[in-house]
Order: sequence, then C-alpha cells, then structure tokens
Amino acid sequence: MQVSTPESHPAEHGIWTRTMRVAAWLGWQIESNWADPMIFLIYSVVKPLSSAAILVVMYSVITNGEFNNPLFPYIYLGNAFYIYVAAMLNGIAWSVIEDREQYRMLKYIYVAPIHVPSYLLGRGFAKFVFSSLAVFIIIAVGVIFLQVPLDLSLVDWPLFLVSLVLGLVLLAMMGLTLGSIILNLVNNANFVGEAVAGALFLFSGAIFPLDVLPTWLQPVGFVVPISYWLELLRRALVGPLAANFPTFNAFSNLELLGILAGLTALFTVLGFVVFRYCDHQAREKGYIDRVSNF
Amino acid sequence: MTLKAKVEKNTGVRLFFQTVIGRAYPRVIGLLRERSWFIFEVVLPVISVAAYVFIYRAIGAPDIYVGFVVMGGAMTAFWLNVLWSMSSQMYWEKETGNLALYIMAPNSLMAILLGMALGGLFATAQRALVITLAGSLLFNVQFEVSSYLMLFGVFMLTMVALYGMGMMSSSLFLLLNREAWHYANLAQEPVYLMSGFYFPIKSFDFWIAAGASIIPLTLGLDAMRQLSFAGGEELGFLNVRIELAILAVLSVLFILGAKWLLEYMERLAIREGRLTDARR
Repeated sequence: MQVSTPESHPAEHGIWTRTMRVAAWLGWQIESNWADPMIFLIYSVVKPLSSAAILVVMYSVITNGEFNNPLFPYIYLGNAFYIYVAAMLNGIAWSVIEDREQYRMLKYIYVAPIHVPSYLLGRGFAKFVFSSLAVFIIIAVGVIFLQVPLDLSLVDWPLFLVSLVLGLVLLAMMGLTLGSIILNLVNNANFVGEAVAGALFLFSGAIFPLDVLPTWLQPVGFVVPISYWLELLRRALVGPLAANFPTFNAFSNLELLGILAGLTALFTVLGFVVFRYCDHQAREKGYIDRVSNF
Repeated sequence: MTLKAKVEKNTGVRLFFQTVIGRAYPRVIGLLRERSWFIFEVVLPVISVAAYVFIYRAIGAPDIYVGFVVMGGAMTAFWLNVLWSMSSQMYWEKETGNLALYIMAPNSLMAILLGMALGGLFATAQRALVITLAGSLLFNVQFEVSSYLMLFGVFMLTMVALYGMGMMSSSLFLLLNREAWHYANLAQEPVYLMSGFYFPIKSFDFWIAAGASIIPLTLGLDAMRQLSFAGGEELGFLNVRIELAILAVLSVLFILGAKWLLEYMERLAIREGRLTDARR
C-alpha cells in the first residue's frame, strides 16, 4: 500500500506562494472593504499626506519657502519612502495582534494546511500595495507643487528598482522578525511595531541627515539597514543633490548596494530563524489563542 | 433565618457621582497596575519629539521652535487619549460586550463618559508632564512663563473643551463598527497638522487657522506657547485673552452638545439595534 506523507502530498506544492497570495488578498479585504472605494482612497492618502505636510510647513516656516535648497528633497523623499517602513513593520506586527486578539482567527490559521511565515509576509504585501499609492501621491505632489527636483529622464532606474526591491524584502523580513516576537508577547504587543518604526525614523536619516544627531548617536544610524536603503533611493532619484550630504559620501553606489544586499540576506535568515524559535515557544506555552483584550 | 437587609441604593446626583468615580477608577488604577504602558506612552512621543527637534536643527530654526515641539509633543498625549480612549471608547466597549451593560445599568451614560474623561485626564497629565520634562532636559528648552495663573487657566479650559469634544464624538462612535478604528486612525496626523502641534498655527492663512480652532488644542497650544516662551507672543495666532474666551465658549458648546447628542444617538442605536452588533 502506498502512503503519501504530508511532505509529498500534491496539495503541498507551491504552498508558500499560494499562502502568500491568499493572505495578501485577505489583507487587502481587511484594510479596504470597510468603506466604499472613494472613502478608502481618501483615507489611504490623507494620513500620509498630512504627515508630509507637517514637515513641509515646518520647513517653509523657517526657510520662508526656500524649496530649492537640497535639504528639502532630502527630507521630503526620505519621509515619503519611510511610509513603507512604518507600514510593513507595523503591518506584519499588527496582523498577528489582529488575528489573535481581535478576529481571534490565529488558531484557525495555525490548524489550516498553510505556511504561517508566508501568511504573515502576504499580509505585509497588502500593506505594501496601500503604501505604494501614498508614496506615489506624495512624491507627485512634491514634484508638481513643491519643486522637488525629480526628473524622470535623469533617474537611475536600474539602481532605483534594485534598491527598492532589496529594501522591500529587507522590510518584509524585519516585519516577519517583529511579528514572530509578538507571537510571544501579550502586554505591549501593540506598541512594539510602533516603537521600532519610531526609533528607526529617528536613526535612519529619513528626515534629517545623520550628521545632525549628536556625535555619540551617529554610529547607530550606520547600523540601521534602512539608512543605506534611503540613501540609495535618494541617489537614484536625485543623484547630484544627494551628494550635498556627506554622511555616506565615502561609499559608492555599488558599495551601498552590496551592504544593503548583505543586510537583506542576513535579515532573511534571521527572520525565518526567529520565526521558527518564537513559533515553537508560542506553541509550547499556549500563546497562539491567548486573548488579553490588550 | 431571613435575609431582609435593605440594600442602600444611590439615586440622582449621588448615583451620578458614584458612576463618575466608578468609571474613573480603572483609568487611574490601570496606570499603576500596568506600568510598562506608561513607559511606552512616554517613550514613543519623546521619539517623535526628538525627530522633529532634529529637523528644526537641520534647517537652523531658532531655539523657541524646539520648545514648541516639546510642548506640542506633550499635548499629543491628550489628543491620543481623547481619540482612542474617549471618542472611540464606545466602539471598544461594544467589541468587548460592555456597552450593553452600560445601557442596561440604572445610571447615566454621561456620567460614565465624564468618569472616563476625568480618569483619562489624570492619567494622561502624568504622561504629558514626563514627556515635557524629558524633552526639556534632552533639548535644553528654556521656559519663561509670563503668568502661571493664566497658563493654568488656559490648560484647564483646553482640557474641558477637549474632553467635552471627546464625549460628544463618542456618541457618534456608538453607531460605528469596524470603520471606527479607521476613523480614529484618520484623525491623528491631520489633527497634528491642523492644530499646529509642531509649529505655530500662525503659519497658516488666518481663515485656515480660524477653522482649525474648532479643535480646542489649536487655541490651547497657541495660548500656552505664548505664555511659556520668551517671544512666544510674536508667533501667537490671537491674543491670549481672546483665545481663553473662545475656549470657554467651546467648552460649554461641546459639553451641551455631548449631552444632547448622546441621548439622541443612544435612542437611535437602540432603535437600529447597533448596541450589540460587532461586525468585525
């Protein structure tokens, strides 16, 4: 008699991609189907646009609207791309809290024949799609109304695309790491994603050059992988202007790409290792269906 | 043996205040029981404050703006408290099944909201104080208070108006379900922008600033900055006395509005069966 083991079952083939695809669709539905498309579109854009507008007003109050200073595109573009960081880190972390605490579905997800890390990454992908809309609109507003000097014919597209993809993989893996840790947290789980995204905002040079930080804090910025990602994106989009800020001048584009690729590989391994450990701990301690009403 | 001991029941004003204390209690005691929340709720705003301070430093802003950011960052604690623990609280209560109990109990929903507001105000004031102290020490903010009495008056009136607004908007959340979370989320950054949490509201066009003044924190923050920093008056939107008068009017309007809206929305929610439904 032939017995098919779970590993060899045909239904298992392509389980990672199928899980990710369905989770992304689920994430899209959870995020968007509470409102009609127009309200949802406004919702998706108003919040990030307001954040960008705070920086624009702060900048223009002090400089009397001198938007052609290289510092402005530095701040503006860094803030725009940081939307991905907040959305993906927080998004994957929140999907664990939502599924466990609010919808109380995490236990059913666990008993279904799916690949859980792919599920979490799929939920993160939905966040990526929403964020892309906001990033695009913010950059478009900057170019059209605020003199952000982005000339599409001068953009280094290969560098931009490679950096963007590497950075997004890095963010997804950082999100998976956070989500895995949250599997084992009850109290303060909802703060973790926010705290990490907030700290990275401060130390990644997203909205001010790292040189502005006190000298003893500047090394932290060099440890944060997102610093390299944002620098590469700026160089790809507004290359000559990015050279005005000396923080990463010692590195060539290729060196920065190499660092980013290395850190992405490191976080990919780390993400899955941390998930494996935290998943085991959460099962052992019975945390998968724990409800705290945080 | 017969058990005929008479239970003393409070009614009227005594019941109202008993309810207020009863609902304020968990807000205050929660702060002591879960101290880690306090740490997170202080650390996160301080990180935001630091980020905005460094932006101002990068663009060479005068020091007074650093003080403005620290004060604005501290006041975000109140806005977040009103937004998430007052306005949308009815939604959370519905989700956890408490809302129906509130309605069934022989007490006033207004007293429950007032208790939430007082408890929340007390707990949040401590967070705001720590954020102010931490921000001031980290970034060497120099305060130069021109009138402590006026400053206290502005702060208290701002809080009355703000929590009144929170009580009023909470009645709207009685009708909401899953969308409540999104609406509350949507009211964060746009309000930070419109109320000038990180810059003087005078930077806006007069009519935009006037429109934004419907949110009590707009005028409250502006007046507090004028009273707390040397040169603050030059960056003020209106005269502090006018801002005080407007805040007083807003306080009355929001509290009366809260009472009327709460009764109306409660009847509507009961009629439409929305008090117990939880469409997640």
